[in-house]
Formats: sequence, structure tokens, C-alpha cells
Amino acid sequence: MLNLQSLSEIQAEFAEALRNPAAAIPAGIVGPDGGPAPKRFSIYRNNVLVALGNSLAGAFPAVKRIVGEDFFKVMARTYVLESPPTSPVLMDYGKTFPAFIARFEPASSLPYLADVARIERQWRESYHAADAVPLPSTALAEVPEAELADVTFRLHPSLRLSKSSFPAVTIWRMNASDVPTSAVDFAIGEDALIVRPDAEVEVRVVPPGGTAFVEALASGESLGSAAALGQSSDERFDLGGNIAGLIGAGAFVEIRRGLEQVPQ
Amino acid sequence: MSQQSTMPLQSTKPDAIPARVGVGLKPEHYDAILTERPDVGWFEVHAENYMGAGGPPHRYLTAIREQYPLSLHGVGLSIGAARPLDRDHLKRLKALNERYQPGLFSEHLAWSTHDSVFFSDLLPLPYDEESVRRVADHVDEVQDTVGRRMLLENPSTYVAFAESTIGEIEFLTEVATRTGCGLLLDVNNVHVSCTNQRWNAIDYLDRFPMQHVGEIHMAGYAPSKDDHGDPLLIDAHDRPADPVVVELYDHALSRCGPIPTLVEWDNDVPDWPTLFAEARRVESVLTRARRDEDAELAVAV
Repeated sequence: MLNLQSLSEIQAEFAEALRNPAAAIPAGIVGPDGGPAPKRFSIYRNNVLVALGNSLAGAFPAVKRIVGEDFFKVMARTYVLESPPTSPVLMDYGKTFPAFIARFEPASSLPYLADVARIERQWRESYHAADAVPLPSTALAEVPEAELADVTFRLHPSLRLSKSSFPAVTIWRMNASDVPTSAVDFAIGEDALIVRPDAEVEVRVVPPGGTAFVEALASGESLGSAAALGQSSDERFDLGGNIAGLIGAGAFVEIRRGLEQVPQ
Repeated sequence: MSQQSTMPLQSTKPDAIPARVGVGLKPEHYDAILTERPDVGWFEVHAENYMGAGGPPHRYLTAIREQYPLSLHGVGLSIGAARPLDRDHLKRLKALNERYQPGLFSEHLAWSTHDSVFFSDLLPLPYDEESVRRVADHVDEVQDTVGRRMLLENPSTYVAFAESTIGEIEFLTEVATRTGCGLLLDVNNVHVSCTNQRWNAIDYLDRFPMQHVGEIHMAGYAPSKDDHGDPLLIDAHDRPADPVVVELYDHALSRCGPIPTLVEWDNDVPDWPTLFAEARRVESVLTRARRDEDAELAVAV
């Protein structure tokens, strides 16, 4: 009668039964009468799904609002069973939820949903990112014009980009706050620039070519070569407008001029 | 030298947690607390919610820490797991302890991680010599790494293990004795577990090693039914403490004297006035216990 399983074996069985609803409940799990207690064990199964589902609901409020509470619950539970967290720091959980949504068949009638989820994921990362003081708007004016093409930037640690061929920023904004809904032009794609210059995370629509430009700057390209990449990604690319927008957003924390440039 | 960045750390003292009622800090209440400066003895946070690199959570906690003593309560270390502790997580706990200098630091007698999967629930473990040894080793490792004494919280449980060979109180006493850790007595967990395991809660409290208790938790539970239709209580933290739990608290205080007591309300979080009123209600019990103790001391003198 006495089962000589090790602690490790007991927990392996317990964990398997939590992760797999079809798995048998471990034999050693009993009620106060010493008999089997499947209903008692199911509390733990339920707790896990509810806790992790709530964590996702907190991190993806606009997605939840778009699909409704019941649909979100099913989608979140499916994801939790497929991709449970691997860290107790739950602010990091859900990195792959947008990609999961993109292939979650029941949500296929909302092709923009994964892009809204990407914005929310990046919003959360930006919210918890390291603090840094953005450069003042005058900083670039101090660089001699002849050196401008060679400067590189250190971007704000909270800066994130999120691409979409749908008007994802507009849809996100309508569902993340109580701004009045309006007609949405689904032909317009909106990439998002997400940055938290101080306490508030701010989300902006990136102008044409801006995503390639910022990605290039983030990877350490000089202003000149980043501008060329922005130009080649979209012929409407406007260098002055992009730079002004980024400075206004608090996207830069440091300018590195040619001589002080860090080795690549 | 960056004086600005080192100043706040130096001015933060590890304020002792007073024998008063504290409140579990929720982001919903940051602004109300900083604006109203309510007369609350201290605040407690879940460590895992402050493990980001920066951002508003740290700003608010820093501002609140400047006004109130703070207790740090971990919910994800998985001390009861057979597997080794997560070293990265231990480092994060150590860093938070160093940054905020909390007056108390606690974790749970439970496990929550297996094979790298984090279940986000406080799972039960069998009580026997192997698990005592494992938990004591882990508590030793926590205290060595973080560099301070921790409190270990009694669990709320819904099932038992056929493998268990010793009782919960014997288990907790043994771990405290071997490691020198303190205990966190969650009175709601006592009521939940005693109901669910068909133990007597008064007897449980009378046998609890009060000399090790450094903190008490109070919370609300949700009633449910077990496999036979008999009462089963869920540790829900979604409502005020039940009157039965308040009576048990009173009984516990009669044994251990006034102890820092936390009001936990983690789900269906109410507005600040409601939570503050719950804290005042529990504080009235604590205040009475303190008066009784003072009276006894006066008689003894």
C-alpha cells in the first residue's frame, strides 16, 4: 500500500496531470478520507488556467475587448496549455502569444488581431524597460552639418517597433481606451513606434519608411546609411520629418559622433 | 561620481515592520496611497511584480517605500520543489532585497515550477523526511544567497498525499528549527486547510510554534464542495476575511501577542476606501490584543 515514490516522481506526475487534462490524477493524491479526490485535484488544474489566463488578460486588454471575454478565455487557455510560462516573472509571459493568435484558426476572421497583440506585447515591454533620460530637442543642432551623416544613436531602452499591414495602431487605440470609434480604412497599414520617455508609454504611427530607418539606427547604422535604408524601403521617406518625430518622441538617449563612435 | 543615483539607496533604511496591520500593495491604489498617505502600518508587495528593469512599478514602490516600511513576499521561488532552486530568480530576489531593504522577506511552503514550467499556483507537497530535508536545504540556500532571514508561510491545501508521514506543523517546526527561518502564519490558510483536511483549526493554532512567527496573513476564501459534496474552501483572496478567520486570528494573537499582520486582497481588488476599511477592521482586533498584553504586563510588573 505504501508508495515509495520520490518527491521528484510525485511532482513529475502532479505536473503532468496539471498540464494534460487527459492524464490520470496521481494515485497518491487523496482526500481526508484517504480515498481518491479528483474534484479536489481539479482545483489545482483550474487555478493554473485561471491564474495564467488572467495574466494574459491583463497584458492584452485590447485583444480581449475585441474578441470578448469568453472567446479570449478559450484562446488564452489553449495558449497556456501549449506554451506555459518558463519563468515566475509573469510580466515576461506572452511573448509568443501574438504569433499564436496569428495561427489560431478560430480568430482567422480577424486578421489584424495578432498585430494588435504585438502592439500590446511591445507596450508591456516598454512599460517595464530600463529608465533613461531622452535627449533634448536641441541635441542634434549641436552637431556640425558635415558630421551629421556619420553620427550614430543610442535609442531609448523602452523603444519598440511593431509592424502591421493593417491599421493596427488605430484599432489598438480604439480598444485600449475609450476614444470614440470611427470608420477605419483597412487599406492603410500602420507600423507602431512605442516608447516610454518618462512615466507614460506612448504609441505613435510610424511615417513611411520610418520602421526601416529606426531598425537601422537601432542596429548601430549611421544616420546617413539608415536614411538610405529608409529611402529604399519607401520612396515617400522624409528624413527631416522622421528625425523630428523621433526626437519629439524621446527616442534618442545619446548621439555618438564620428570620433567617439564605439567600435562595431 | 553619480551622487544622484546613490542617494536614495543610502537614505533607505531597513525599517522594521511594526506590530500593526499592513496592506498588500496593488497598482490600483498607488495614487490614492501617495495622495492620502493613509495611516497604514506598512505595505507588502509580491516580489515578482517588481522584477522589471525600470518603469512606473519601481517609481511608485520607491515613493511608497520612502513613506512606509515594506515587506517583500515572493510567490514564485518554488521552495518545495524537488528540483534545484532557480539561481536567476534567487539573484533577482537578492537584488530586490538590496534595493528596497524590506523589513520582512517571506516565501511559501509550496512548489510552482517543474521541468522549467511555471504553474503560477502554490502547489502542495507530501510531508516526509525527504521533503523536510529538501525544503530545509532550499531555505538555507535562500537565506545564504539573499543574506537575511526569511519567513516560510503555511500553505492552503485541497488534497493530501498518501505518502505523507508527518504532520504539517511538525514539518514547519522542523524546517524552522533546522534553518533558523521564521514562519509566516496565514490564518486564512489555517482555516482553509483545516476545513479541507478535516483538522481542528483551534488545535492547529494551539500547536503552531508561535515563537517562530514573524508575520500573520489575513484574507478571504471562497466556499465550494469536494468530491462528496462536503465543504471545501478555496484560498481566493477576493473578499474580506471571514468572521471565523477573524476569531481564529484573535485566538492566535492570544498565543503569540501582537504581530505584524497583512490584509491580502489580490483578486476582485476593491477601491482603496474599501480595502482601508478592511485593514482598520483587522487592526481593531490587533489593537485589542495589544491592550490585553499591556494589561498583563502591567499586572506582572
